[in-house]
Amino acid sequence: MSLQFVVDGLLTGSMIGLGAIGVTLTYSILRFSNFAHGDFMAWGTYATLAVVSAIGATVGKVAPIAPLSFGWPLIVALVIGMAFTALLALLLDKVLFARLRSQGQAIIVVMASFGASMALRSLLEFTFTSRPTYFSRAIQIAMPVGFGIRITPDQIALLLLTAVLVLGVHLLMTRTQTGRSMQALSQNAALARIVGIDVASVVRVTWVIGGALACVAGVMIGILVQIRPFMGFDMLLPMFAAAILGGIGSIPGAVLGGLIIGLAEAGAVQLIGAEWRAAVSFIILMAVLFVRPIGLFGVRER
Amino acid sequence: MSETVLDVRDLEAGYEPGVPIVRGASITVKKSEIVVVLGPNGAGKSSFIKAIAGLVPITGGTVFLDGKDITAAPAHTMVRLGLAFVPQTENIFPLMSVEDNLRVACGILERREIPTRIEEMYSAFPDLVRQRRTAAGNLSGGQRQMLAVARALIVHPKVLVLDEPSAGLSPKFVSMVFEMLAGIRKSGVTILLVEQNAKAALAIGDRAYVLVEGKDRHEGVASELWNDPVVAELYLGQRPRSADTGGAA
Repeated sequence: MSLQFVVDGLLTGSMIGLGAIGVTLTYSILRFSNFAHGDFMAWGTYATLAVVSAIGATVGKVAPIAPLSFGWPLIVALVIGMAFTALLALLLDKVLFARLRSQGQAIIVVMASFGASMALRSLLEFTFTSRPTYFSRAIQIAMPVGFGIRITPDQIALLLLTAVLVLGVHLLMTRTQTGRSMQALSQNAALARIVGIDVASVVRVTWVIGGALACVAGVMIGILVQIRPFMGFDMLLPMFAAAILGGIGSIPGAVLGGLIIGLAEAGAVQLIGAEWRAAVSFIILMAVLFVRPIGLFGVRER
Repeated sequence: MSETVLDVRDLEAGYEPGVPIVRGASITVKKSEIVVVLGPNGAGKSSFIKAIAGLVPITGGTVFLDGKDITAAPAHTMVRLGLAFVPQTENIFPLMSVEDNLRVACGILERREIPTRIEEMYSAFPDLVRQRRTAAGNLSGGQRQMLAVARALIVHPKVLVLDEPSAGLSPKFVSMVFEMLAGIRKSGVTILLVEQNAKAALAIGDRAYVLVEGKDRHEGVASELWNDPVVAELYLGQRPRSADTGGAA
């Protein structure tokens, strides 16, 4: 068996992991499963694509940055796309989730997120059609790096970007007052208010982080695979699996969960065929939960 | 006569509209006093104190802190206004370290003041120093209560409000908690507490109120209240409970 699955798995795992951070934060802080999270990915990607096209139309063709397949317009567009997705998440919370949350029934919010997911996806299909599209049609040559593994410059850059973002979010969560407030809110919402934490502002930060990272995950898929309205929805189950596998509320857990699922899927594609990959990742999920029901990094409340 | 820190007038409060639990209760707390609110089970003591802290909806009356009307202030603004509340249970963040529990409460302090303030809390509560990296959920009952009080004191509150600090603690810890509160008052902090454990609370208190059916029915000097026949009568013919089993209210 070729070790190529390691690179493929790490890449898929990065996309899943970045998405799963948002899922796990929403779940632990707002206490509901946000099924629209995948569609944040897709919206962020299309927004980034729109900005890339707009830059292309204004300044003309821009040469890609040396070994990469894309130039500065994509980097600028990604930052704008992240901001756009964060705003989209905030808007959806304001008009939909916040009102339902105040009634105190989680299942209603979950169902609403399902509805929002379908509505967002349909809007994308209506606007951009369901035909796949790409950031770049250039073909990159994968470089051999030994052990039969080949990797493209784009892939290396995106793995590094993932590592930087994950580290950044982890430091934010553990070293800053904002992060401690988020932890506090997830552990005891009433006490968080008593110690002076403004719940509304922590909730906003949660959406901004989740939305921005969803956009990055989507753009990664867009660069390495393709852009489709369903691209985020198809990631939904693996993202939830990663968040649960890693332990709800844990950032390192979500990322590790994503990598495990990514590697398992890539390995399964090589060993038993692509059609079984989802089954393999869920068998791993069930096996882990059987041994450790709170997930790898989950902590039991005492 | 020293200045009034907390002035609660005719407070009415309850979770559901039309079903008041607190029905016109009034108390005052003066600077550097320990004021105890006693009452039989179900008298609305806990709801009364939670309403003051902004955690139970207030339907009538007023709450003044240092002359400022805080009746309608949301719970998360209370520490900034000068009122720090210690709930009866679940008063720490169990998965965060002792130090992070203190740090997360420092939102209203100047950034450069925070490390000093944390060290001051450690010297006031030396038991916490050795546990600073421990998850707060692993602390003993008494240490949890210390951490909860330290967390409240760290922001220099004008008044420290505690809901049954001795509840659920073993007798050894009960006396420890009351000694701690007496010590805190000596340093000039004003304290309002609700207690089931009347004897221990009256021993450290200056004045006390007896709350019955959501209303303040009696007020007196703490040391005299223990033998006050009116208090015994208000407790439905029984003496205020002196047992130190704590017990959930």
